[in-house]
Amino acid sequence: MKYIEEFRSKNAIESLSKDIEAASKTPIKIMEICGGQTNSIVKFGLHQLLPSQIELIHGPGCPVCVTPMESIDLAIELSKNPKNIICTFSDMLRVPSSKGSLAEAKAAGSSIKSLYSPMEALEVAEAHPSHEVILFAVGFETTAPLHAATIKEAHRRQLKNFSALTALVQVPPAINAIMSDPETQVDAMLAAGHVCTIMGEQPYHPLCEAYKIPIVITGFEPVDILQGILCAVRQFEQGTFHLENQYRRVVGPKGNQVAQALLEEVFISSSQSWRGIGDIPSSGFQMREAYQFYDATSRFGELSPNSFEDEHRCQAGSILKGLMKPQDCPQFGNSCNPDYPLGAPMVSHEGACAAYYNHGSLNP
Amino acid sequence: MSFGTCPPPQDQGLKSIQMSHGGGGSMMQRLLQHQVFPAFHSNHMNAHDSAIIPSSGQRLAFTTDSFVVSPRFFPGGNIGTLAAYGTINDLAMSGAEAKHMSCSIIIEEGFGISELKQILDSLGEAAKKEGVHIVTGDTKVVESGKGDGLYINTSGIGFLTHNQVIEPSSIQDGDAIIASGDVGRHGATIMATRHGFEMGDELQSDCASLKSPVKDLLSHNIKVHCMRDFTRGGLATTLCELAEQSGLGMRILEDQVPVCPPVRGICEVLGIDPLYMANEGRFGVILPESEVTGALNILKKYEVSKEAKVIGYVSKALSALSSENSFGATRLLPFLRGEQLPRIC
Repeated sequence: MKYIEEFRSKNAIESLSKDIEAASKTPIKIMEICGGQTNSIVKFGLHQLLPSQIELIHGPGCPVCVTPMESIDLAIELSKNPKNIICTFSDMLRVPSSKGSLAEAKAAGSSIKSLYSPMEALEVAEAHPSHEVILFAVGFETTAPLHAATIKEAHRRQLKNFSALTALVQVPPAINAIMSDPETQVDAMLAAGHVCTIMGEQPYHPLCEAYKIPIVITGFEPVDILQGILCAVRQFEQGTFHLENQYRRVVGPKGNQVAQALLEEVFISSSQSWRGIGDIPSSGFQMREAYQFYDATSRFGELSPNSFEDEHRCQAGSILKGLMKPQDCPQFGNSCNPDYPLGAPMVSHEGACAAYYNHGSLNP
Repeated sequence: MSFGTCPPPQDQGLKSIQMSHGGGGSMMQRLLQHQVFPAFHSNHMNAHDSAIIPSSGQRLAFTTDSFVVSPRFFPGGNIGTLAAYGTINDLAMSGAEAKHMSCSIIIEEGFGISELKQILDSLGEAAKKEGVHIVTGDTKVVESGKGDGLYINTSGIGFLTHNQVIEPSSIQDGDAIIASGDVGRHGATIMATRHGFEMGDELQSDCASLKSPVKDLLSHNIKVHCMRDFTRGGLATTLCELAEQSGLGMRILEDQVPVCPPVRGICEVLGIDPLYMANEGRFGVILPESEVTGALNILKKYEVSKEAKVIGYVSKALSALSSENSFGATRLLPFLRGEQLPRIC
């Protein structure tokens, strides 16, 4: 397959791992931000190709994993009203919250539909005019424009029975939060290629400057990730800290300006709670005044901050901040597995714990 | 005062199933006489409560399987062909040659009789082609909204004409693992059909009978330790089961596992590993290394297994199922978790 095979080529992978071996002298901790990258690393066993002084730390880049429990609780609560239909990505269904999960609510009779595209929710709303259709919108800057386009289209069609419960998140404020945590030990970062496809390179220059770390915008195939690591290692060894773009075949310096304009039109940045991490200022998207009608929380009920602690057993916070490896958690593979997840990182295929569980290497 | 004679039942022209088709009365009789028996070419099916099957002291294999696939029609087959081959293949995997089969159908009120006929014809044709007699069956009708069109159960009886013990406990350290062909076609076809992907002629379900290649392997005295078809959960889940049941480790060489480009494409788009995609006409053969050449020569004679090749090996030094990729990195392959794709067969 074009654009896939080349980036999984044995020769390219072997030659890159030799280059990394030659370039790396000093111990280095590299955080890959995106859960898609974590999944590739573990699935292809890329960490097995790296010299021992390179440690990969898995970042918070799984939108399902960071969706706060109070949002899931509200979605479950709303789903219990027989007049409501909840639409969301199927990954969200099994995420545990204090009120069970959406999958359990569905089994108990709630009307919950899995979507491939947020736009499908509009078709559901038109097909069920006597129901309220609530889109549970999760995702990073990559999927946020799709949700923005959906809300805008609902407005154009004058749909009165559609609304969105948003838990959308932005990456750069999360990097700020992680890097300013004194516990964090990260020497370089691989930024998420798909997020940068939308937002471009610009948001990352100030982060390199502020924290004096190299950041490499990186793709998702084995060759991409190894190239990203090589760039990070070379900068680290030279003592430089600027932004590099490994994923230029997809990410332009300015990103996707149409998508950015959509985000700007529909949303305004707001504080957002991240599961396992807490509130991060300016890391969410809230609907602007003109689209307020489509905000499910303003129509059906506010989020109630959740005191239920799943973190007493699930170490999601430490995992998402890169302070702990999934297999170091005492629950990993024992009381917590993808069939019975204690926390969100064990649910989504982009969650670090699920990636380790599903593709666990033989030589960790 | 005279009583007129009852008019003859008027269901000949009915286009859809009614509750009384399952009532055990005259309408059911007519459904059986007009739709079911002819489709199953059945002079073996007598209208009695059970079929009597002659046996000459050979070992018998007996299996059962239910079919709920949605959509009922897909490129390469339908629920009827699936119901025939599914049971025939389960028998073949135990080294048995399918001879007799039952067929029970649960139909939802309102189901189109022409669609029912098409499905039963497919089932009957598939069984006939494979020399399997449908000897008994049952028909039930459930109220509209209480079923989803049509469910089929088939059970099968086959005979073992050899003395080999083909089961997980026969698997040995050092055995080779053969896959009979490329994997993932059935799962990818069902996914593509559900999502409305236009795949043209490029992608069809691999739904097929495995009876002939298996019979040929065994009649040529190829020493086979175990066989299993890669159905739900795909190649990986099937081998996970065998690794667990045999207590031995297995290693797959990922770049040796054939996956055709359309399946690879669909898997990439939907984020699914082809090793976990369902198949309905592919199987694994686990056998001593010394038997590999002979087995491959036989398998390659059949269309359904013409791409057979060695994809891995059994080793007591390993645990569970793992794979090695082209650049030498290894990973564990766990059982499929949750439901990747409900109602695939």
